[in-house]
Amino acid sequence: MIELENIAYGYGGRVLFAGVSLTLEPGSFHILTGASGTGKTTLIRLCYGDLTPTEGAVQLFGRDLAGMDRDRLALSRRRIGVVHQEARFLDHLPLRDNVALPLAMADRMGGEEEAQLGDLLAWVGLTQQQDQRPPELSGGERQRAALARAVIMSPEIVLADEPTGNIDWEMSERLLQLLIELNRSGKAVLIATHDLALIRQAKSAVDARILRLKDGQLDMAGAAL
Amino acid sequence: MKALLAQVAAFLKGDPQADRIVPPSGFTARLTILSAAAMAFLAVFALALSLSMGRLAADWAGELEGTATLRLPDADAAETALALLQATPGIAQARLIPPEEQQALLAPWFGPDLPLDDLPLPTLIEITEDGADLQGLRARLAGELPGAVLDTHDAWRGPLVAAADRLRLLGWICLTLIAGVTVAIITLAVRASLAANNQVIGVLRLVGARDVTIARAFVRRFTLRALLGAASGTVLGCTAILLLPAGDAVLPGLGFRGAGWLLPLLIPILAALAAFAATRAAALSVLKEMT
Repeated sequence: MIELENIAYGYGGRVLFAGVSLTLEPGSFHILTGASGTGKTTLIRLCYGDLTPTEGAVQLFGRDLAGMDRDRLALSRRRIGVVHQEARFLDHLPLRDNVALPLAMADRMGGEEEAQLGDLLAWVGLTQQQDQRPPELSGGERQRAALARAVIMSPEIVLADEPTGNIDWEMSERLLQLLIELNRSGKAVLIATHDLALIRQAKSAVDARILRLKDGQLDMAGAAL
Repeated sequence: MKALLAQVAAFLKGDPQADRIVPPSGFTARLTILSAAAMAFLAVFALALSLSMGRLAADWAGELEGTATLRLPDADAAETALALLQATPGIAQARLIPPEEQQALLAPWFGPDLPLDDLPLPTLIEITEDGADLQGLRARLAGELPGAVLDTHDAWRGPLVAAADRLRLLGWICLTLIAGVTVAIITLAVRASLAANNQVIGVLRLVGARDVTIARAFVRRFTLRALLGAASGTVLGCTAILLLPAGDAVLPGLGFRGAGWLLPLLIPILAALAAFAATRAAALSVLKEMT
């Protein structure tokens, strides 16, 4: 579980947002919206400890991020799958190894998850590309690969920042379907997006809470969408 | 010990997963190998200098200790001097140095055709003593053989031995400086490599890699590079030492003797250990600084 308690974040004298509280409980589904520059990506990075809030506290699985050592933070991140709009990979490794990277870092190669790697690559439609290097892939293929990498460890929480930004509508639907399936199996999901079609489709399929970042505040925005 | 050897074997064998996470090439690889080779090459010479000077100091001290020379104003006094010396307790041997031997001693400076008969050379007696009262002997000589001079070699033996000792110390200081510079270069190379791989580290952290896992990939790589470079430099250094002139009795030359040839083998091992420690410390430090 991730809990943001009255957090604020800013830099260079500018406060991006303040007084933000959010709890990602098991089985919850959140969609974060807001105009560009309002801090959606920052909020997601705060959720997995990539940034530290200027005020307030972040709890990762019951532990305060402020007092957490680096090893504990790394272990916590293995329980969180993250997809960024501009997905980054190890460009010298083939796609298959990149997707399996979380397993390698957790010393879980050769286990059940690795056996499912082929199925996962097939599901995101990258079986043919599995031996290619990331720079050889299109934007959409990279996005799908990032999603496969994010879920290969069966994380308890999935954070997706504009996950459909670089992919076509058909793949967006498949991606959302996967996130919905993960959510139905008890995982918490947080998607940051301004794709209205995606938001409406998610709302029709799951009990999604719609949040909006505006003017430095986080509000419920379900009725407006 | 067994566990340590197992750890070393595992380290050399490597972890394929950890090794692959960092791109395999870059200028830091060449920098580390070349600098380790150059430093090992210099270390071989510094080690040879230190050992050679140690031997020289020991040789000079050993050969001259317990010896003295009696210089007589004329040859007629030789018989009296020898009798006096043989009667002195603690004098093990007293030997008149014949003209041929004097000529041989002077030949390096004046050539082999030196006309000794035309030169006012003193008569010399070589003394080997074993606990003799040299002050008392000097007083007796002053009374019985005025003009005779007893030279115990202290005046020039001490400075020579001190000079050799200081050269040996200089060799060790050079070795220490070489080790320090090697560690500094490797540390800089590791920091540069980590900075160049900033994006790779970001990806690894995103998927839950621990700092020690990331550091391990750099540590093994830099340690093996240092080992390879230092081994090459050591081989080149030893070859160069072998090709040096052999030297002579006074200046025995720079180099190793007997089991001393095994000592340069320690240079690559020590370089690898230094690289291991430097890389690990630098990597963990940089990773801690990276947010």
